[in-house]
Amino acid sequence: MATTYEAIATVTVGSGGAATFGFTSIPATYTDLLVVASLRSDRASNSIDNGWIYLNSDTSSGNYTKRRVWGDGSAVYSATTYDLDYYCPGSTATASTFGNLYYYIPNYAGSNNKSFSVDSSQENNATIAINNLTAGLWSSSSAITSITFDLNNGNFVQYSSATLYGIKNS
Amino acid sequence: MPTKLVVDCSTGAVEEIELTAEEIAEMELAAQQAEEQKARDEEEKAAKEAARAEILAKLGLTAEEAAVLLG
Repeated sequence: MATTYEAIATVTVGSGGAATFGFTSIPATYTDLLVVASLRSDRASNSIDNGWIYLNSDTSSGNYTKRRVWGDGSAVYSATTYDLDYYCPGSTATASTFGNLYYYIPNYAGSNNKSFSVDSSQENNATIAINNLTAGLWSSSSAITSITFDLNNGNFVQYSSATLYGIKNS
Repeated sequence: MPTKLVVDCSTGAVEEIELTAEEIAEMELAAQQAEEQKARDEEEKAAKEAARAEILAKLGLTAEEAAVLLG
C-alpha cells in the first residue's frame, strides 16, 4: 500500500514562547498539505485567543477570501469577510489543555488560486468553548513554500506544536 | 522582543528569530482589522435585531408568536 501521508517537519514551542511559528522551504513534491497542531496562547485574563495562518508570508488581507462558522456552546455565528482562521485556548482556559487544529491545503503547488480549510477547537472545560470551521481561498498563482501561524493577542506557550504532512495521491 | 519559530523543511533546522519592527507592525495591523471587523459584525447583528423588533412591534406580535406563525 502506498504511503500517502508523510510527516515533513514538526515544530514545538520552547520555554520562551513564540509570537509566531511556521514552516519554510516546503517541497513541491506532494499533492496536498496538512498541518495538525496543538496550540495554546498566553493571552492574559481570557480563555480564548484566535489568529491567522499566512501563506508565503503574505499578510495582505485582500488576497484571502474566507467564510467562517463557529459556535461557542450557546449560539452559532458566521462571517464572510476577511477574518480569523482559528481559535485556541487562552491563559484562563482549563489548565494544561491545548486546542486542536487541522489545516488542509489541496493542490498547494499548482498555479491556480489555493483553497484551504481549517477546523479548530478552543478546548475549555467550561460553559463557553468554541469550535470553528473556516473555508478560504488564497488568490495567488505561486506554489506554497511557507506557512506561518500568527496569534491575535498573545504568544504561543511552551509545548504548542505542529506537524506538517505532505500527502500524495498514490 | 517577540520571536518567531521557523522550521526549514529542506534541512529540518529550527531557528528562533526576533520579529522585525515591520513584522510587529503587520501583526498589530491584523489585530486592529480583526477588532474593526468584529465591531462591524456586531453592529450589523444589532441592526438586524432592531429591524426585526420593529416589524414585530408593527404586527403586534411577540417573537414567540412570530416563531409559531413561521412554523
